[in-house]
Amino acid sequence: MLRYLLRRLAYVAPIAVGVTLIVFLLVHIAPGDPISAILPDDASAEMVAEARREYGLDKPLPVQYGIWLWRAAQGELGTSIRSGRTVASELSMAVGNTFILAVASGLLACVFGVALGLVAGLARDRIADHVTSLVTLAGVSLPHYWVAILLVIVFAVENPWLPPLGIGPDTSDGWRPDWAHLQHLILPAIATALIPMAVIARTMRASVIEALDQDFVTTLHAKGLLPGRRLWHVLRNALPTTLAVTGLQLGNMLGGSVLVETVFAWPGTGFLLANAIFQRDLPVLQGTMLVLSLFFVVLNLAVDLLQSWADPRIRRA
Amino acid sequence: MSATVAMPAKAPGTGYWRGVGRRFARQPLAMAAAMVLLVVVLSAIGADWIAPADPFQTSVSRRLAAIGTPGRWLGGDELGRDMLSRLIHGGRVSLAMAIVPVAVALVIGGFLGVLAGYAGGAVNMAIMRVMDVFYAYPSILLAVAIAGALGPGMVNGMVALTLVFVAPIARVAESVTTQVRANDYVVAARLSGAPTSMILRRHVLNNVAGPVLVFAASQVSVSIIAASGLSFLGLGVSPPQADWGLMLSALRQALYVNPWVAALPGAAIFLCSMAVNIVSDGIRRAMELRR
Amino acid sequence: MKAPLPALPDRGGPAQPMLTVNGLRRWFRLDGKRVIRAVDGLDFSVAKGTTLGIVGESGCGKSTAAKLVAGIEPADAGEVVLDGEVFWARGARIGPEARRAVQMVFQDSHSSLNPRMTAAESIAFGPEAHGVKPGAARDYARALLEAVGLPPDRFADRPPMALSGGQRQRVNIARALALRPRVLLLDEPVSALDKSVEAQVLNLLVRLRAQLDLTYVFISHDLSVVRYVADEVAVMYLGQVVEQAPASVIFARPSHPYTRALFASKPSVDPRRRIAAPPIQGDPPDPVDPPSGCRFRTRCGFAEALCATGTPPLGTVAPAHRVACWMTVPRSGHSQAGVAA
Repeated sequence: MLRYLLRRLAYVAPIAVGVTLIVFLLVHIAPGDPISAILPDDASAEMVAEARREYGLDKPLPVQYGIWLWRAAQGELGTSIRSGRTVASELSMAVGNTFILAVASGLLACVFGVALGLVAGLARDRIADHVTSLVTLAGVSLPHYWVAILLVIVFAVENPWLPPLGIGPDTSDGWRPDWAHLQHLILPAIATALIPMAVIARTMRASVIEALDQDFVTTLHAKGLLPGRRLWHVLRNALPTTLAVTGLQLGNMLGGSVLVETVFAWPGTGFLLANAIFQRDLPVLQGTMLVLSLFFVVLNLAVDLLQSWADPRIRRA
Repeated sequence: MSATVAMPAKAPGTGYWRGVGRRFARQPLAMAAAMVLLVVVLSAIGADWIAPADPFQTSVSRRLAAIGTPGRWLGGDELGRDMLSRLIHGGRVSLAMAIVPVAVALVIGGFLGVLAGYAGGAVNMAIMRVMDVFYAYPSILLAVAIAGALGPGMVNGMVALTLVFVAPIARVAESVTTQVRANDYVVAARLSGAPTSMILRRHVLNNVAGPVLVFAASQVSVSIIAASGLSFLGLGVSPPQADWGLMLSALRQALYVNPWVAALPGAAIFLCSMAVNIVSDGIRRAMELRR
Repeated sequence: MKAPLPALPDRGGPAQPMLTVNGLRRWFRLDGKRVIRAVDGLDFSVAKGTTLGIVGESGCGKSTAAKLVAGIEPADAGEVVLDGEVFWARGARIGPEARRAVQMVFQDSHSSLNPRMTAAESIAFGPEAHGVKPGAARDYARALLEAVGLPPDRFADRPPMALSGGQRQRVNIARALALRPRVLLLDEPVSALDKSVEAQVLNLLVRLRAQLDLTYVFISHDLSVVRYVADEVAVMYLGQVVEQAPASVIFARPSHPYTRALFASKPSVDPRRRIAAPPIQGDPPDPVDPPSGCRFRTRCGFAEALCATGTPPLGTVAPAHRVACWMTVPRSGHSQAGVAA
């Protein structure tokens, strides 16, 4: 297992470096002088020259990348052009809020996805299966931002049961575990969870059917083993694949949260990113992307290790 | 076996695709979805003739008109423009912005993937590690970030989406090519002393093209959602152009007045994305050769 | 049948062996240090117009050996000499014209034909690659189909899916012949076929060899098939040849304990031919870590201390009969030395 871990790390490290390189280049593909994107519009010529030196922008690109990476490793991600606060402080708040949303929707997606997939797989080719399959097919084609709007229409506009916007009452900008904040969490969590749930259910159904078709399950059946024990065997064989897909979906879910958070004005990383783009606040854009993309790399690695732990055959491949 | 032996002799390539078409036609859901797509694509192409009204003609009295209002059968938008006409015209922009990037990515990603798969070794390593980097991001996030850095505009949006779809398509092309290359008929072709370009053309490409095309088609459903998502964030098409994502975004302010009209552009996005999913699934099933 | 490609010239004359393989080696690196010794010092030669049968258990490196000889898989060491000229050596490329001389017929008739090409297209591809015009290549392909017993009017335009296993194998043979090779490497060409079809394809191969003046290397695990087609037989064990002799000799007087065990594991129809020999014990050892000395010693009923320390050379025990076993080496120190031979 340790050997496998080291091998995976050796594989992931260059990817992580590549990911940071792309994030670094984001500012350089932006039209115009990168310095004008970092400084406020009314900056004086001396300020521009000084910033250019300070950021190392007078040096060749590879050196700039090195300097940027070194600063980023120490948590120095620059200053927001619009708010004047450091990118790191803007991010720390947003990351926490997105984390809450991700945990809530991740739980929803996992629990309902696995349950739906299991039901469909066990009821193969019966009504329950066809209905679930159609629902999950629809689920993978849903635009999340539209789902978010529909949820607002049904549960906040037509029936004013839940709040349509924000993370909490009034001007609350951080999540707290109380009833008012929980109400604000429900709609964004459902909107974010729906698509991953559908994908998880689809995968789960396929792997349950595959597991049921395996000879050893038939043998267990022939041996007259209790259904509960058979179910356990099916689950054990279906879980590694489902786990892998779940991990990937968590990544996609956070990708989709850019749009969902925008609809609900949920002050997380996605909302921060969208606002940074809208206001052309490139330091914030770069910092947010760096944090999010490195998080995906780590997430993928974690899923990989978890999967190899659940299914030792993968380690040898 | 006796049935296959009795099969009449027929032309090579056409026979295969005719068989795929036949097996596709046997799937009612896939056929229905294909019909829906056909209607959407045809109406997008012929929007100028089909749309009942001018999509840019505003009307103060019919702002956010309800569904069923005469002259605004699917309601009016926040400026009183005809929703039905704007949806038809919007399809043209939305579909173009979704399909063009996948098509361009198919050319680039297909080339890189086949190259990596056929060459193997260090070339494969170099190409696929770069693809892995792009693959590490969730597609929508990468599209938003690149489009965000490039700035708003339809072309920038399409460039961003193209970059997003190159990596997954290259991955599929690489894995299919690696499989095809391992077949003995490719070994036999190499043994004949044929130049690599000829082996690629005659033995590799025609066996790789099918699965890669189907995968690219399935990516169009992701692309439709992502392209409209960019416009929804204000990164793709700019007003007053009709585009589903942009319309959805503009109508958000109208949620409390006429929510169901506001939901319409999203329904169009969903319908197309789902139809593409079902059709590509149907083609994939029809292509599975039963041995 | 008028072939659009010229015949390759016979340079060395009848006495020159058609194919000689010297010290061919191919190790597959797994990860870091572990190495599979698929082919580990292979030597054999084939006389013109004859068939060499290579036999051995599955996993002994037979198929890898065929790909090495064909030059389609790079060998780590060794050389392949064709009619007195080096056909392939490490680091060298084979030119397209020389390449024609050695062609292969594969075991899996399914993956060996492009599913998107008709029988005639598959056969015509090789000649077209050598500059034959499509029309001429097509006529040639039809003539070849006729030659392998498939009437072209019925079979030329069929995709592989519409052919039976035996028919596909005939197309494979025709495709290999289209380049007018001098050597045909047949890698288990009939082992996937029904017994009745197998006999037809074998008869076809025997007839074609005589007609077209070909030399065969026939790889198989099936002794009765090898006995039917081969003039000379080489027995492979874990990537090495352990015994080589004319077919009549090796089937009458097998000398290596492995050969004897291999022949014994297949009961002869003729009770007089049954050989008393201990059956092979267990599975072949892991090629990643082969036994020291003689590789067969872990399964050999005659193994002694000597067998673990020294590798027996492939020595001549009788004219044209070579064996790698300490028991056949006089005064080797093995208690049975000189007795078995």
